[in-house]
Amino acid sequence: MIVELGHYSLVLALALAIVGFVLPLIGALRHDAQLMAVAPSATVAQFVFVAISFAVLTHAYLVSDFSVANVVENSHSMKPLIFKISGVWGNHEGSMLLWVLILALFGALVALFGRNLPLRLKALVLSIQSLIGVAFLFFILATSNPFLRLSPAPIEGRDLNPILQDIGLAIHPPLLYLGYVGCSISFSFAIAALIDGRIDAAWARWVRPWTLAAWVFLTLGIAMGSYWAYYELGWGGWWFWDPVENASFMPWLAATALLHSAIVMEKRDALKIWTILLAILAFSLSLLGTFLVRSGVLTSVHAFASDPTRGVFILGILCVFIGGGLALFAARAPSLAPGGVFAPISREGALVFNNLILTAACATVLTGTLYPLVLEALTGGKISVGAPFFDMTFGPLMVPLLIAVPFGPLLAWKRGDLLAASQRLMAAFLVALAVIVIGLFLAGTGSALAILGIALAAWLLVGSLSDIAFRVKLGRAPLAESVRRGVGLPRAAWGTMVAHFGLGLTVLGIVASTAWNSETIVTMKPGDSVEVAGRTLAMDGFLPVAGGTYTGTAVRFSIREGGAAIGTLQPEKRFYTVQNMPTTESAIRTFGFSQLYVSLGDVKPDGETTVRVYWKSLITLIWLGALVMAAGGTLSLSDRRLRVGAPKPARRAVPVAAE
Amino acid sequence: MRRLLALLLLLVSLVPALAVQPDEVLPDPALEARARTLSAELRCLICQSQSIDDSDASIARDLRLLIRERLKAGDSDAAVKEFLVDRYGEYVLLRPAFAWHNALLWGAPLLALAIGGSLFFLLFRRRRNAPAAALSAEEEQRLSALIAKGDER
Repeated sequence: MIVELGHYSLVLALALAIVGFVLPLIGALRHDAQLMAVAPSATVAQFVFVAISFAVLTHAYLVSDFSVANVVENSHSMKPLIFKISGVWGNHEGSMLLWVLILALFGALVALFGRNLPLRLKALVLSIQSLIGVAFLFFILATSNPFLRLSPAPIEGRDLNPILQDIGLAIHPPLLYLGYVGCSISFSFAIAALIDGRIDAAWARWVRPWTLAAWVFLTLGIAMGSYWAYYELGWGGWWFWDPVENASFMPWLAATALLHSAIVMEKRDALKIWTILLAILAFSLSLLGTFLVRSGVLTSVHAFASDPTRGVFILGILCVFIGGGLALFAARAPSLAPGGVFAPISREGALVFNNLILTAACATVLTGTLYPLVLEALTGGKISVGAPFFDMTFGPLMVPLLIAVPFGPLLAWKRGDLLAASQRLMAAFLVALAVIVIGLFLAGTGSALAILGIALAAWLLVGSLSDIAFRVKLGRAPLAESVRRGVGLPRAAWGTMVAHFGLGLTVLGIVASTAWNSETIVTMKPGDSVEVAGRTLAMDGFLPVAGGTYTGTAVRFSIREGGAAIGTLQPEKRFYTVQNMPTTESAIRTFGFSQLYVSLGDVKPDGETTVRVYWKSLITLIWLGALVMAAGGTLSLSDRRLRVGAPKPARRAVPVAAE
Repeated sequence: MRRLLALLLLLVSLVPALAVQPDEVLPDPALEARARTLSAELRCLICQSQSIDDSDASIARDLRLLIRERLKAGDSDAAVKEFLVDRYGEYVLLRPAFAWHNALLWGAPLLALAIGGSLFFLLFRRRRNAPAAALSAEEEQRLSALIAKGDER
C-alpha cells in the first residue's frame, strides 16, 4: 500500500508539474498576475510529492520489500544499511527519480528564496523548470517506473552490483546530480529571459548564485567520482576519459565558462548573448550526459537500437529542450542590445579568453565522445577514442588558459594594463623560474616536461595570491592595515583567489603524480618484502574477512621505514556470493600528500600472491585542489551581493534612492 | 582455521587476475617499457574504454602477451600496431589514426578555436567601430539627479 502511495505521488507530481508549466506561462504571456502567482505553490507542491515518492522508494529498500521489482533487482536483506539507502539510486529507475527530486528541489528553492525576482521572470523560470519536470516525470512513469510490483514476491533480493557497494556511491551521484541538474536553473533563467525579452545585468546577478551553487556541487561530484574510481577500480588511475566521465566533465567545462561570462554580464552588461547561449549549452550538455549514460548507446550503437524505448524517449526530450532552446535563442538573440565596450586587453578580454579556451576544450571532449558513435552510425566503421587522444588534445589546449589565469583578476575592466599586471606577477614569475632552474639542476633534462608542469602549477599558486596581495598592500603597508584591507575586500574576490589557488593545487597533483609515480608488480609469499619509494612493504599473511553479502581474504602488509614499523595495509579480495562476482579492494596509506597504494592480483592456492604496489607523488592534491576550488565557489556564494534573496536589483534601487 | 584459509585461497584463486602479471614482464626493461607504452594505447576489445594495460580480461592478457612476442621478434612499435589493426580493425587503437575519416575528430580543437576566435574578433572589430550609444532623456535626468544627490553628501 505504501508503495502505491509513492507511485500515486509521482503521478500527482506530474499533474502539478503540468499545472506549474501551463498556468504561469499563460499568465506571463497575458500579464495575468493571478495566474503567474500559481507558479511558486505549484513548484513547491511538485517537490513535496516527488519527495514523498522518493521517501517511499527508500522505505521499500530499508524494509527490503521484495514485492517491488526494483528492490529485488538491486537489494538484499543482508546488505548494510548505508548501501540499502544508496542502492535506491544505484540503478536506472532510482537514479532517474533522484534526478527529478533534485530538479524539483531547485525549482522549490527558487520559488522560496527568489522573493526579489520580478513576478514575470519568476513565473517564467518556474514554468520552464516545471516543463523539464513534466518531461522527466513522464519518462519515469512511462519507461522507468521504480514502483512496479512482483507477484509472487521472491524471498530474497539479487543484491546490488558489488562495485557500487561503496561509500563513494552513497555520496557521488547525489553530488553530481545536484550539479548536473542545478544547471537546469540557469537554463530556465535563460529561456525565461528570452521569452521575457529583457536581459540585463540584474538578470546575471540573479542567475549567478544558482550557477555557482551548481558548479560547486558539480566540482565536488566529479572529484568524488574520480577518487572513488581511483581506490575502487584497483589500478591507480584517477581519470579514464571514459564517456561517462566526459558526460559529467562537459557540463563542468560549460558551467565554468558560464560562471566567468556571467561576471562580465553582471559587471559590464556585455557578453549577454554569449552568456545566454552558454546557459543553454551547459544544461544541454547535462541532458546529453543523461542520455549517454541512461540510453545504453555507449556500449554500442546496436545495443541502443535493439532496445531503444528509453533511449529514444530521452533523445526526444533532448531534442525538444536543446532544439527549442536554441531556436528561441536564434529568434530572440539578435534583438538583444549589445552591452558595454571593452578593449581586448582588459578583464573582459581575459574572461573572453577563458570562455574561448573552455568552450574549445568542451567541444574537443564532445567530439571525442560522440565521434565514434556518429562514425559507426553513418559509415559502420568502428573506432575508439580513448585517453591518448584526449591527453594529446585537451592538455595542450588548457596550457594557455592556465598561463592566463593569474592575469585575469589583475587586469582592469574595460581597458587593462598588461605591463602593470605583469609587474604584479613578478613574484609568481620568479618562483616559476626558480622551479625550472632548480628542477633541471636536480632532475636533469630528462623530466623537463614534468618540471615545466610543476613550474606552471607554481605560477598558478603564487599568481592566484598576487591579486589579493596587491590589493591589501601586503608588505607595502603595516600588517594591521593589510588585514583591515583584506577584511574589507568583497568575498567574491577572496573566492576567486581560493578557487584559482585550488586549480593550481590540482595541476600540481596531476603533474607530480603522473611524472613521479612508481609501479611495482611482484609475486609475494608471506614473509617476502618489497622496496617502494624508500619504504619496505612486508607481506605478513592472510586473514579471512566477511561482511554484508561477501566473504573474502585480506592480506596484511606492514610498512617499515628505516627499520621502524610505521603502519599496516590490508588490501582484500572479496567474493560477493549473491551476485557471484569477485572484487578487489585496494589499500591506501597517505604520506603527506603522496600515497602508497597496494592492490592484490592473482592468489595461488599455495599463498603466492601477485601484488601491485604504486607510489603516487602528491596525488591527493588532485582532489584536495578540487575541494579548495569548491570552497572558493562557496566563499564567493556567501558574498553579500550575490547571496540568494539578499540583493536588490539596481533598477528598483534607483527610484528609492531618488525619494 | 587453516582449512578455512585454504578454502578461501582456493576461492580467490578462481578470481580473474588484475592487469599486467609478473610472468608477462619482459626481462629487457627497455622492451618492457615499450610494451607498456603500447599497451596503454590499445583497447581491450570487450571492455568499455579500458586499455589492455588496465584491463583484467583474458583477451587483454592475450594481447599483452602478443605484443611482447612481436616486440621480441624485433617489430617496431608501428609494426606492432599495424599487425593488431590488421587483425582487429581500427577499433583496437585508443588513439585513432591520423586519417581523412578522422579529420573532423583531430581537427575539432583547432576548428573550435578558429570559429570561437573569429567570432570574438568580429565582436571586437564591430565594437570598436560602433559609436557609444547616447543616453536617453530619462537616463540623463536620472544621472543628473544622482550627481546632485552625490553633491549633497
